[in-house]
Amino acid sequence: MSKNPEFVKFDKVDKSYDGKVLVVKDLQLDIAEGEFITMLGPSGSGKTTCLMMLAGFETPTNGEILLDGNIISNIPPHKRGIGMVFQNYALFPHMTVYENLAFPLRVRKIEKDEIDKKVDKALSMVSLNGFETRMPGQLSGGQQQRVAVARALVFDPAVVLMDEPLGALDKNLRESMQYEIKHIHESIGVTVVYVTHDQSEALTMSNRIAVFNDGKVQQLSSPAELYEKPVNSFVAEFIGENNTFNGEVSDISGDECKVKLPNAEILSNAISVKSKGEKTTVSLRPERALIEPTEKMDNLFSGKIEEVIYHGDHTRVRVNLLGNPEFILKVPNSTSNLELKVSQEIKIGWNSYDARALDPK
Amino acid sequence: MSSETKQILTTDGIPLEVSLKKAEKKNKIKAFLLVAPLLLFLFITYVFPIGEMFTRSVDDRMVTNMLPKTFEAMEKWDGKELPPEEVFAGFYSDFKVLVENQTQGKLGQRLNKEKNGFNSIIKKLMRQIKRNKINESQSIKEQIMKVHKRWRDVEYWQAIKRTAPPYTMAKYLKGMDMYFAADGSIAQVDEDRRIHRILWLRTLEIALFVTIFCFLMGYPIAHLLATLPMKYSNLLMICVLLPFWTSLLVRTASWMILLQQQGIVNDFFVMIGLVADDSRPEMMYNKVGTYVAMTQILLPFMVLPLYSVMKTISPSLMRAGKSLGGTPFVAFWKVYFPLTIPGIGAGCLLVFILAIGYYITPALVGGASGTLISNQIAYHMKSTLDWSFASAMGLMLLSGVLVIYWIYNKLVGVDNIKLG
Repeated sequence: MSKNPEFVKFDKVDKSYDGKVLVVKDLQLDIAEGEFITMLGPSGSGKTTCLMMLAGFETPTNGEILLDGNIISNIPPHKRGIGMVFQNYALFPHMTVYENLAFPLRVRKIEKDEIDKKVDKALSMVSLNGFETRMPGQLSGGQQQRVAVARALVFDPAVVLMDEPLGALDKNLRESMQYEIKHIHESIGVTVVYVTHDQSEALTMSNRIAVFNDGKVQQLSSPAELYEKPVNSFVAEFIGENNTFNGEVSDISGDECKVKLPNAEILSNAISVKSKGEKTTVSLRPERALIEPTEKMDNLFSGKIEEVIYHGDHTRVRVNLLGNPEFILKVPNSTSNLELKVSQEIKIGWNSYDARALDPK
Repeated sequence: MSSETKQILTTDGIPLEVSLKKAEKKNKIKAFLLVAPLLLFLFITYVFPIGEMFTRSVDDRMVTNMLPKTFEAMEKWDGKELPPEEVFAGFYSDFKVLVENQTQGKLGQRLNKEKNGFNSIIKKLMRQIKRNKINESQSIKEQIMKVHKRWRDVEYWQAIKRTAPPYTMAKYLKGMDMYFAADGSIAQVDEDRRIHRILWLRTLEIALFVTIFCFLMGYPIAHLLATLPMKYSNLLMICVLLPFWTSLLVRTASWMILLQQQGIVNDFFVMIGLVADDSRPEMMYNKVGTYVAMTQILLPFMVLPLYSVMKTISPSLMRAGKSLGGTPFVAFWKVYFPLTIPGIGAGCLLVFILAIGYYITPALVGGASGTLISNQIAYHMKSTLDWSFASAMGLMLLSGVLVIYWIYNKLVGVDNIKLG
């Protein structure tokens, strides 16, 4: 089965609402057929606008959007055949669950028997058989959410858009729905474009994540790569926890560089620095720094413990290290290191390839 | 064990229910005292006047009080042939009291309404009594019958007997162009005199059309109000509410300026060459004027309930309808429109009920064909002073409104009304 790697294509898309500010800037994004792609970013970063342009509720100010090779900018929403799950579900409150699901089929003039079959199939997909005659108001939030998902899928659209669909659910329900949506995606192979501001949701569900900020895609890659290898400070900061040092490149050779801090010099992996004298922010994941390392590490400094917070499976330790009082360490909960005390001096080490010298903040 | 758990006691040993009632009693009294002024106000200004209107509309005690002895004697009369001597005697003694008090004229007027020709024979009888022509020692029946031949006609005595009950539905029948015939059955008035039925139908027709016009014009306005950004919708809202802040008379008068034959609208039509100067259409003193003015005046009552309902409809519902493949029209008709029905119901009911009792505007711009039932009520209040008839028609109007409300409740359900 050959899959089109450019099933959905944003080609140099700009969007402005008022003619003064660009909400989306020069967006270039290819989405493969059957992929689960998440647009992740803080509010106002342009991710929902992109979704609305794809759905047809907003028109690009410049550039084209292509669906399966066809330009769709001038096709009205109802002819695009794109399923959509809305933030507040947008179930029709005056229709039963059955009628809600049958709506997209009826407007396509599908026969009654066929509609019954498809509705039944869609409901069993979200395990809501037997709820056909309920009104949306009689369902819980999670059930409504599932009806909304079933309705977006019932007419076999090529692409399904989801606009923060889990935002209104409580934490436990949200997590189980994440898995449910992921499994539905895996079983029917539909292309999903998902918008969220919740990074753990994005990491759990997606094949690829597009991190949005300031109307631009900052990084588009798999969840693992996004976390392990952020390409700039914003992504490093936005995804997961992050320790930073601001400094100046004092020496650079190949992939490695030396960064001069006010009172020390650290070895880092040169990612976005090119030459000596550049300002840079070094990013280091908390779990990559070790306390009292036994093996040799090329960065080894001592710091004072400011705070110890017990988290059950791990302990968070806040250390004042190299002038950064917010340096966080995650110490796995093993018997050897329960001796951590506030204002204790400890040695902290990390490997230079885990410390990524990125653009200055 | 089970008997102990039946009644829960407080720590002081008082049963919980008793203690709860005691604790809430004070609050209940407070709450009642707070609403008491309004309750009293409603009673004085609403329940009492309507009750008063009702008694007035069916009250027919005047003759009953004037001729007590007559009616007492008439109880034994079968009403088929001329009444016996006792009835005449009773009537004579009642009538003498009336002549002494000089109130026999009122009796004549009232009985004349029951049967034409009463006025003159009452006057004739009064003159005979004043001249002491009636000899009380002889048969009074013979002497009265001699006064005028109509006193020998049984129909006139039957007419008197019909006025005996202290209550009558005659005013209600009159409101429907019907009356009690001589034999007591209900009859229609002659076709060329049936004015009230025309007025009722015209009132319903105008109210219906005004409601339809208000709906057709108000729905898009309300939709715009609900979807425009705040700064524009506020301005539009002021435009909608502006008529509320202007006196009804001023508004009606300005419509008169606009719509009259030498008015601005006609001038404009002539200017753009739509009509010739010598054939300006009449847009006032007919139904057109009534429709135009009443629609404008009642429009806010349609827009506001619709707006408040539309405001609660999430715009994502229409988007969902479109993204699921519905054309904009299908999305509107299947999704948006059904959700606005509570507002449509409230708006239409409000406009229709207000329109059905409208008075000043149709009176000023309606002309002869714009006269509505409320104008007729006012006419009887002010000109003919037939207050009982005015009350009867007012109550008929009220019960009409209640019937509409009932039908509406059956069709849409009052729970579905949303005023805001």
